[in-house]
Amino acid sequence: MQGCVDRHKPHIEAAGGFFVAVKTAEQLESVDALILPGGESTTMLKLIDVFAMEDPLKKFFAQKPVWGICAGSILMAEKVLVSSSPRRALASLDSGDPEKDGSEAADVVDPVRANAANAACQRDDGGGTQKSFGLLPITIERNGYGRQLDSKQVTIDGFEVSFIRAPVIKAVNDNVEVLAEYEGTPVWLRSGKYMATTFHPELTLEYPSPMHRAFVEMVKQAC
Amino acid sequence: MTQGKNASRNVINIKTGLAEMLKGGVIMDVVTADQAKVAEDAGAVAVMALERVPSDIRAAGGVARMSPPELVEQIMESVSIPVMAKCRIGHFAEAQVLEAIGVDFIDESEVLTPADEDYHINKQDFKVPFVCGATCLAEALRRIGEGAALIRTKGEPGTGNIVEAVRHLREINQDIKRVLHLEDSELMTEAKNLGAPFELLKIVRELGRLPVPNFAAGGIATPADAALCMQLGAETVFVGSGIFKSENPAQFAKAIVKATANYNDPKAVLEASRGLGTAMRGQEISTIEEPMRMAKRGW
Repeated sequence: MQGCVDRHKPHIEAAGGFFVAVKTAEQLESVDALILPGGESTTMLKLIDVFAMEDPLKKFFAQKPVWGICAGSILMAEKVLVSSSPRRALASLDSGDPEKDGSEAADVVDPVRANAANAACQRDDGGGTQKSFGLLPITIERNGYGRQLDSKQVTIDGFEVSFIRAPVIKAVNDNVEVLAEYEGTPVWLRSGKYMATTFHPELTLEYPSPMHRAFVEMVKQAC
Repeated sequence: MTQGKNASRNVINIKTGLAEMLKGGVIMDVVTADQAKVAEDAGAVAVMALERVPSDIRAAGGVARMSPPELVEQIMESVSIPVMAKCRIGHFAEAQVLEAIGVDFIDESEVLTPADEDYHINKQDFKVPFVCGATCLAEALRRIGEGAALIRTKGEPGTGNIVEAVRHLREINQDIKRVLHLEDSELMTEAKNLGAPFELLKIVRELGRLPVPNFAAGGIATPADAALCMQLGAETVFVGSGIFKSENPAQFAKAIVKATANYNDPKAVLEASRGLGTAMRGQEISTIEEPMRMAKRGW
């Protein structure tokens, strides 16, 4: 309903799937699986409410495969932490040299992020939580990596993916299969017919991404 | 299980990526933290933090500059959605300050008084993504060449009059259609005639669209205005004075979000348009003196 939809088309087609943009309950009934795309999770929740999509979505989720990306993974989580304001861009401005913005720079950020995250967990009054569909037994923190200046491109399975104001998965249940990690936290995971990535594979112009391939495979098995 | 590695930040994918995430949404001008919360509650995908909305800038006259840092920071602390802020055309020092504050997007905007009549900011120097206004394809490609990650129409801000935004959307669409029919041998001459970078023109012909997302701005005042822009090919709308200068801002904000999300469904736009009260008072473009036409600023 809102967010990055059309960029998935070439990936899905290259992986052997058929792409339809879904906005209504009728369109939802016509598809075998759903990608909850990246976008703004607060906006998506409003639109789901305004257009009375909650029940049709719940019905769909109970039966068919779903892949949540970034904001979509937030909608799928069991628990969502919302820090009252995303951490300011601490990492980005101190190193002017883009070359230095590699993994060492990211390591320096780690303890800061951990502190910010702890603060968010403990401060339930100021931070609070956000509504979600609870499909995946995970706890996720919105904007956990920070603001846009902390957004970055990372290589996973030899493929460039983008973390854009991305959430951080803080905890996962035992029955969740973690397919990839970054900086010690899960970023790609799967549990039954549900898959989630906190990053965006769809922005890369190399088709299909390993994640789209894996999802189309999942859907074929489920059909 | 694999491990992610080799992080890089100053790449165009990351900048246009945020613009991609804002698609199908409404970006609202706000001047206080309270307005920012109203916008977020209504379902805005982002807010533009300003000292005054464009219609008040018009009314006040004088020089319009970047907003005070405290104001931008208060707004950033009050909402969880992305926060944008404006700097003057060519004022790269204002842009540096906004980047240091940590805003998510900078609008190099004709709404503020231009600081440089010859040169726009070299946006490639920045890690923060930029949005720039354009009236036609060539202008859009010049801004993208300088590093803009997102293009919006200029429209005529602060007027509540959609006519200029429509003109700019149609202009860009027509320019793209013409480029699609050009042969290789004709492309360089077209680049010269338009004053557009050749390599970017080639990309437009390949993709059949701009290489970055294309949003509408300037004069959007009603749910139907938003639906019109979306049907003309805009991928998201900016609403400036149209919300907080209306009779009932919270309702107008929700209504425009609803109409934008389902712009192709007249029933949804109808529903969104009911019971809103009075929209902002509009202004006929021909009554605006030439120096106050914001769409003419920049090149």
